[in-house]
Amino acid sequence: MQQSIVAQVFADEWPRLVATLVRELGDIDLAEDAAQQAFTEAAASWRPDNTPNRPGAWLLTTARRRAIDVIRRKSTLREKMGRQVPDAEAVDVAASVGGDGDAGGFGSDHPEANQLLDDQLALIFGCCHPALNREAQIALTLRSVCGLSTRQIAAAFLVPEATMAKRLVRAKDKVRNAGIPFTVPARERLTERLDSVLAVVYLIYTEGHTASDGPALIRGGLCDEARWLADLVADLLPDQAEAWGLSALINLTDSRRETRVDADGQIVLLANQDRSRWDTEMIEAGRRRLVHADRLDDTGPYQLQAAIALVHAMAPTAEETRWTTIVTLYDHLLGFEPTPIVGLNRAAAVSKAYGPAAGLEALDELMAEPQASSELDSYRYYHAARADMFLRLERPAEAADSYRHALDLTTNDSERDFLTGRLAETRNLQRERH
Amino acid sequence: MRYMLLLYSAADAGPAQGSPEQAAEMQQWFAYTEDLANAGCLIGGEPLHGIDTATTVRVRDGKTVTTDGPFAETKETLGGYYMIDVDTLDEALEWAAKSPLTPYGSVEVRPIMEIPAGAGA
Repeated sequence: MQQSIVAQVFADEWPRLVATLVRELGDIDLAEDAAQQAFTEAAASWRPDNTPNRPGAWLLTTARRRAIDVIRRKSTLREKMGRQVPDAEAVDVAASVGGDGDAGGFGSDHPEANQLLDDQLALIFGCCHPALNREAQIALTLRSVCGLSTRQIAAAFLVPEATMAKRLVRAKDKVRNAGIPFTVPARERLTERLDSVLAVVYLIYTEGHTASDGPALIRGGLCDEARWLADLVADLLPDQAEAWGLSALINLTDSRRETRVDADGQIVLLANQDRSRWDTEMIEAGRRRLVHADRLDDTGPYQLQAAIALVHAMAPTAEETRWTTIVTLYDHLLGFEPTPIVGLNRAAAVSKAYGPAAGLEALDELMAEPQASSELDSYRYYHAARADMFLRLERPAEAADSYRHALDLTTNDSERDFLTGRLAETRNLQRERH
Repeated sequence: MRYMLLLYSAADAGPAQGSPEQAAEMQQWFAYTEDLANAGCLIGGEPLHGIDTATTVRVRDGKTVTTDGPFAETKETLGGYYMIDVDTLDEALEWAAKSPLTPYGSVEVRPIMEIPAGAGA
C-alpha cells in the first residue's frame, strides 16, 4: 500500500527534488543518490494514515540530510565539487523549525515556487547541454529528470545495463570536469539551447514509438516519459511556441498508440486503424496545446507536424482526411526542413490528395537530386511508399520489386511481417492477372 | 574554473599574410585580448609560429627521436591559445565564440585539470 503512495508522489516530486538538490549541491550524482535514498525511506516509513502533509518538503529535508551524511563521509568531496555545500547544521535547524520535516521548498502557494520552476528548467537544460553528445543527453535526461533507473534506461534502449551505466558515468564526468552549468540559459541563448532539449525529448518519443530493432514496435514506457517531458517543458516555458508544438505533436501522435499494432503485434496503417479507439482526451490536449503555440505567432517544424497530426485526428474516417491541407502543411514544413524524408512524406500525401501518378511524379522529382536519391534509396519507407503507389496504379510487378527492396532494409520484426504480407498480396494480384 | 581555448585553423583559411585584412584581424585580436583582461578572465595567451617551425620529440627505448613537423598531420593546426578563468563552461564557450578566428577556424575548449593541493608532495 505505502508503495503505491510513494509511486504516486514519485512522478510529481522526483524532478523537482533532483532539480532543487542539483542547484544546492552542485553535483548531479550526489543529488540523485540523495533523492533515491529519500524515496527509499519514504517507501519504508509512509503509511496510508500517516503520510506527510507536504510530501515534497519531507522528501527534500530527508534528501538534504542524506546528502550531508555522504559529504561528511567523503570529506574530500567538498574540494572535488569545488562548490559551496550547504552547511549541515543549518539544514538540521531548518528541519527542526519546520516541524514535520517542512523545511520549505515545494508547493505553488510557496514563495519559493518560482525558484523551483527555475530549478527544474535548469536541470533539463543541464542534462541536454550541447557540450554533451546526444546519447549522453538522452540518458542523463531519463535518469535525472524522469528518474528512470539505469536498468530501466538500458532496457528501453536495448543495451546491456553495464553499457548504459558507463554512458551515464562518462556523461556525469564531463558535466563535472568540464564545468557544464545547470542553469537556465541567458535569454538570447534560450531558443538555440531549447532546440537541443526538444530534440532530446522528440528522440525519446520516436525511440519509444518505433523501436529500431527487435520484436516490439512500440515501447510504451519511453512514449509516456517523452509525453510527460514535453508537457513539462512547455508548461515551464509558456512563451516558447516550439515547446508547445512538440508537446502538441507528441500528444496527438500518441493518441493513436493503442491502434498502431493489432493483437498479434502487426502494424496497422493509419488508414486501417480503429478511430473509435483513439484517445480523445489526448487529442483534445494536443489540440489545445497547438492552439496555445499558434497564438505565440512563431511557426516552426514541430507545430507544423502537430498540425498534420491534428488533421488526421479530426478526420472521422481515413477517406475523409483533408489531404490537400496536409500537402500544404508539408510544403511549409519543407521550408524549415528541406530533407528527403519530409519530401517523401509530402509525396505520400500528394498521392492521397491528387492520385498515385502525382505521388510517383513527386517521388521522381525528389530522386532527381543525387544526395536525396542515395539517402532515400537506402530508406525502407521510400520503397514501401513507392510500392503502395505502384499497387494503386495496378502495376504489381513494380510494386513487388519495391516491397522486396523495403524488406531487405527493415530491421524491425513487426515491419518485416507487414511487408511480407503486402508482398504476398501483390504476388497474388500478379497471378490473378496472368 | 580555468579553461584552455585552443585556436585551430587551416593554413589556407583566414586572411592572407601581409594583407590589409590580416592587419584588421590583428586589431580584433588586440581588442579581444583586452576584453578578456577587462572582464578579469584572462590568465594568459600567445600566438604560435606556424607548423613549418614545429619539431616533434619522442623517446623510444631510451632513444630520443626528433622529427621535423607536427605530431599529427591534420588540416587544422594549433595556432595559439588563451588560458582563461571563468565560472562555467557556458562562459568559456561564449568567449570561444567571440574569438576572431571562429568564422574560419575552430576553438577547442578544454578544462584545466585541477590537481588537489598536496597531491604528489
